[in-house]
Amino acid sequence: MFFVINTHTHFLSRFSIRVVLTQQSLCGRQETPWTARTHVNYEIKGDVAVIRINDPTSKVNTLSVHMQKEMTEIMDEIWANNAITSAVLISSKPGCFIAGADINMIQACKSTEEVTNLSQEGQKMFEKIEKSPKPVIAAINGSCLGGGLELAIACQYRVATKNKKTVLGTPEVLLGLLPGAGGTQRLPKMIGLPGAFDMMLTGRNIRSDKAKKMGLVHQLVDTLGPGLKSPEERTIEYLEEIAVDCARGIVNKKIPLAKEKSMMQKIQDYIMSYPFVRNQIYSTVQKKVMKQTKGLYPAPLKIIECVKAGMEQGLDAGYLAESQNFGKLAMTSESRALIGLYHGQVACKKNRFGVPKKDVKTLAILGAGLMGAGIAQVSVDKGINTILKDTTLEGLNRGQQQVYKGLNDKTKKKSITSFERDSTLSSLTGQLDYSGFQKADMVIEAVFEDIAIKHKVLREVEAVTSPECIFASNTSALPIKDIAAASTRPEKVIGMHYFSPVDKMQLLEIITTDKTSKDTTASAVAVGLKQGKIIIVVGDGPGFYTTRCLAPMLAEAVRVLQEGVDPKKLDSLTTGFGFPVGAATLADEVGIDVAAHVAEDLGKAFGSRFGGGDPELLKTMVEKGFKGRKSGKGCYLYQPGLKHKDVNPELEEILELYKMTPNPAVSSDSDVQYRLVSRFVNEAVLCLQEGILANPVEGDIGAVFGLGFPPCLGGPFRFVDTFGADKLVEKMRRFEEVYGNQFTPCSLLLDHAKDPSKKFHK
Amino acid sequence: MNSLRTCPVNSSRALQFATWALSASAPLQAQAKSKKTLSKPGVRNVVLVEGVRTPFLQAGTTYADLMAHDLARGALQGLLNRTAFPKEAVDYIVYGTVIQEVKTSNVAREAALGAGFSDKTPAHTVTMACISSNQAMTTAVGLVASGQCDAVVAGGVEFMSDVPIRHSRKMRKMMLSLNRARTLGARLSLLGSLRLSHLVPELPAVSEFSTAEMMGHSADRLAAAFGISRLDQDEFALRSHVLAKKAQDEGLLTDIVDFKVPGKDIVSKDNGIRPSTMEQMSKLKPAFIKPHGTVTAANSSYLTDGASAVLIMSEEKALAMGYKPKAYLSDSFSDFLFHGKLTKMRCVSFSPTYAIPKVLERSGLTLADIDAFEFHEAFAGQVLANLTAMESDWFAQNCMGRKAKVGAPPMEKFNLWGGSLSLGHPFAATGCRLVTMVAHRLKKEGGQYGLVAACAAGGQGHAMLVEACPQ
Repeated sequence: MFFVINTHTHFLSRFSIRVVLTQQSLCGRQETPWTARTHVNYEIKGDVAVIRINDPTSKVNTLSVHMQKEMTEIMDEIWANNAITSAVLISSKPGCFIAGADINMIQACKSTEEVTNLSQEGQKMFEKIEKSPKPVIAAINGSCLGGGLELAIACQYRVATKNKKTVLGTPEVLLGLLPGAGGTQRLPKMIGLPGAFDMMLTGRNIRSDKAKKMGLVHQLVDTLGPGLKSPEERTIEYLEEIAVDCARGIVNKKIPLAKEKSMMQKIQDYIMSYPFVRNQIYSTVQKKVMKQTKGLYPAPLKIIECVKAGMEQGLDAGYLAESQNFGKLAMTSESRALIGLYHGQVACKKNRFGVPKKDVKTLAILGAGLMGAGIAQVSVDKGINTILKDTTLEGLNRGQQQVYKGLNDKTKKKSITSFERDSTLSSLTGQLDYSGFQKADMVIEAVFEDIAIKHKVLREVEAVTSPECIFASNTSALPIKDIAAASTRPEKVIGMHYFSPVDKMQLLEIITTDKTSKDTTASAVAVGLKQGKIIIVVGDGPGFYTTRCLAPMLAEAVRVLQEGVDPKKLDSLTTGFGFPVGAATLADEVGIDVAAHVAEDLGKAFGSRFGGGDPELLKTMVEKGFKGRKSGKGCYLYQPGLKHKDVNPELEEILELYKMTPNPAVSSDSDVQYRLVSRFVNEAVLCLQEGILANPVEGDIGAVFGLGFPPCLGGPFRFVDTFGADKLVEKMRRFEEVYGNQFTPCSLLLDHAKDPSKKFHK
Repeated sequence: MNSLRTCPVNSSRALQFATWALSASAPLQAQAKSKKTLSKPGVRNVVLVEGVRTPFLQAGTTYADLMAHDLARGALQGLLNRTAFPKEAVDYIVYGTVIQEVKTSNVAREAALGAGFSDKTPAHTVTMACISSNQAMTTAVGLVASGQCDAVVAGGVEFMSDVPIRHSRKMRKMMLSLNRARTLGARLSLLGSLRLSHLVPELPAVSEFSTAEMMGHSADRLAAAFGISRLDQDEFALRSHVLAKKAQDEGLLTDIVDFKVPGKDIVSKDNGIRPSTMEQMSKLKPAFIKPHGTVTAANSSYLTDGASAVLIMSEEKALAMGYKPKAYLSDSFSDFLFHGKLTKMRCVSFSPTYAIPKVLERSGLTLADIDAFEFHEAFAGQVLANLTAMESDWFAQNCMGRKAKVGAPPMEKFNLWGGSLSLGHPFAATGCRLVTMVAHRLKKEGGQYGLVAACAAGGQGHAMLVEACPQ
């Protein structure tokens, strides 16, 4: 295959654009004379103009209106100045060239035409640079993404540092947009159709060494250590020196601009010269996109359309298609949802509880199971001294192997060296006893979900740790206050709910009780952020937020199965709605035993509202050993080495036992989808109503990043806003008539249904 | 100041200071030293009695068919011949080597036996990259100072004309399994698993294991970090060659002992000293970072074969045996520094800057007290970067946690007889060459204190203070 499109599961996991709100601060301009430029400046070094970009209002550079205006002015001056023969474009910020266009600038637009207009201005400006009679060299250090990359590829020559932070990419698709400043036209010509589609459809970041191989940059520059200045400063200076030399080299014709093509490249170009081949590529790509997005995401399709227009009908048609489609996409609900998630994710990467008094330097983890070892892996990876304790040697060995494998996979992918792997592993201590726990600043337990066992380890831990040590429970459903009941220092007890697999899932749900101190919370958030997690902090209660939303949906899924819908159909209905993983597969992944356990616990806590499917069905499955993927059998059969999975034939026998008659009035495909989703959404809104959730943003982030709620819908709260609370309530009333209180809308949802001006997101 | 001395035997040293105190007109001692001597009460004085080396030859030239222990033997025999030292009086032998010949992994023992040393004299081999023989000397100094030994031979050898090239790991594994296979069938099935990829040989690592970076690459980045230009580097390299040539012509390189290569000539001169012109040097392309790097073949040290050896003794024993020691060495004045951060951000050839202030402070001297500097020259860019760093307050404050810079050595006292760039750099043999050379220079120039510094792969460095013995 030429390229791989991100699966939905990882759709947002690489939300890597660093576009941050750039407030158009006026104070900078008030203090300086009106002629002085604030964002872009240039210095003439002999015959080379060095243009330096530095947005004083933000940590990153974004292509804002202001920056574009200054850039245009400067380019005009350079073109008019006969003493200048070439120019170097460089950022003064370490770690960021240009991180993309200013999202707020796009969000502020009210109509398709306005956005199209923005796109066209960008296209014109970059085209002028592309056709510049004086060569322009992009000197790239740090993130060069979106509009930043489009600017760089409009330049005649690119030099990039080998810094790990130097990444190139077109992440627009992750925001439901497309590269709207000539990117869809230039990229295919520069790196070929397959490479360009791969970049634009996955939005992935490309490190500079890979970019060099792809032909995206011409020359690489090493990063430097400390000299007479800090490493960052000196590296930028060095990059500038090399770029200036390149500029002179190009002017003197010592450096050729047209690169000699490799044999492979020539062959590829030759093949691509046939329209038949190109059409084949378009249709293959289109099919793959449709398969993976179920047609729920318009941006990838529009990207293909723009590339096709440019390749087949010429540049003018290409530019027109690009600007118009950019305008259209900016107005779609999918793009708004994705941008909302992006902003939410940025917000959930901050510690709103302040700086903890004590830094967690030593972390102890109880239980070396899948979760415990996963937590250990993400902790040692960030240099936290980690103790991994288990009760048996076999368990410990399995856990340590998991950590090793996680790091070794990175070595195989060459993202770290074997030396880095080994030195990272040196901060992990595996043991069977409590020795060294007196030094632990935090203990996270990941033992079996049984309140008695949790109490036992809590008492054991408190007996050996210092009074400042925090006790965190990685439980998915047990209320933290029940666990804390056994504690002599409940202010130090908190819940940290990780998601499996810990090294892949970005979410961490932190649960506080009314006794948990603010400093304990701040500490837990700090640890989670260090581990690279996106964090929501929720109130205590059975199932907290995420498990509580998922339980009714799974209960409904069980009922759907009992009503005779087979697991494959159930999966396709859920994925068709935008969930990355189907409901039946999800149950297998979570574990049928866990699901049964949670259903029982939450059923006791919430009563009939959590009913639906018969909990006995799950129990019977567990008794037969169908515990999901981990036991090789669940809803499906899992055979090692086989990607394809078949429905477990023995499940049908069980389903036969628990068969229910579907009511045709609420059993159409669409009804089944809404039955599943509305119970999820209603429970989420109820969590906000009850104060479990602090705000709708965290609710959306938790649902999308933890449970795979369709990213194109932006989370349950944005879904209510977009879909309309009234319409949702209407559907729920219809289901309520058949199934009863499981579908009774909560009062907050009803409020929103009554008053259409009420929105969760402004 | 006599009261400082506790060893009764070294009164000759006291006499020296007495005469210096009287004759204020001694040319180089015009400037008052921070300390009269580095001798410490209660610690035996350790002296360098003699130091020799084989001629340093470019790899693949006259020595090409030898083995490492042959060169080592040459140096050891040369030391014995020159000192007429009774072999049985040697208490211990420590030898350094970097790229080990697997057949003679304890090259110290093989060479010592071959050179006719007593089989009752223990010998061990140390390795610490380019400062291996510095470590050998430090070990020797420690053995003497602690009173365990009276006479220790230290040295180092490097033989780059032949390096161990191995079968690939896969091939080795198969060959080892073949050893254990009992039946013909088992052997055949193992042989059947032979693939073409098994035959790809494994060369000795050119890059450091922990950072996966080549020395030259690292040196180039270091030079760039300090803004050392190609021109500066070429000029420094040229200086090294010109000075080495002058020293060679004036017969100052007296540490060389002739080496008879079987079937070939007697070698008596280094063969890598080649003063070129700036114009010729500027034509070379960068060797590591292409196309914009500044480190070239001409401003780097080259692959060299050679061995060196020194005789280190307690002062009392040396005097008692009728020797005239060349210089005092002391155990507390060699220092090693290992960078905690082994990231690529911290260059490996950078440690002298860190090691030098430590030895100076511990001895109570300042840079101004030093009369002769001998720095190892791995790369011109690396030496210049170290000198620039030592001159920088910013670097001292931000990277070394010091209040102010140490200062850089003045060039008129620096590597005046050439250095590794021109004389050659047989990795493990260079340390002894530096110490012997600084002792000879102190004698020739009439100086009192000398400072030796060297860098090594793995982010380690060595600095040692040497004090001239009374003539």
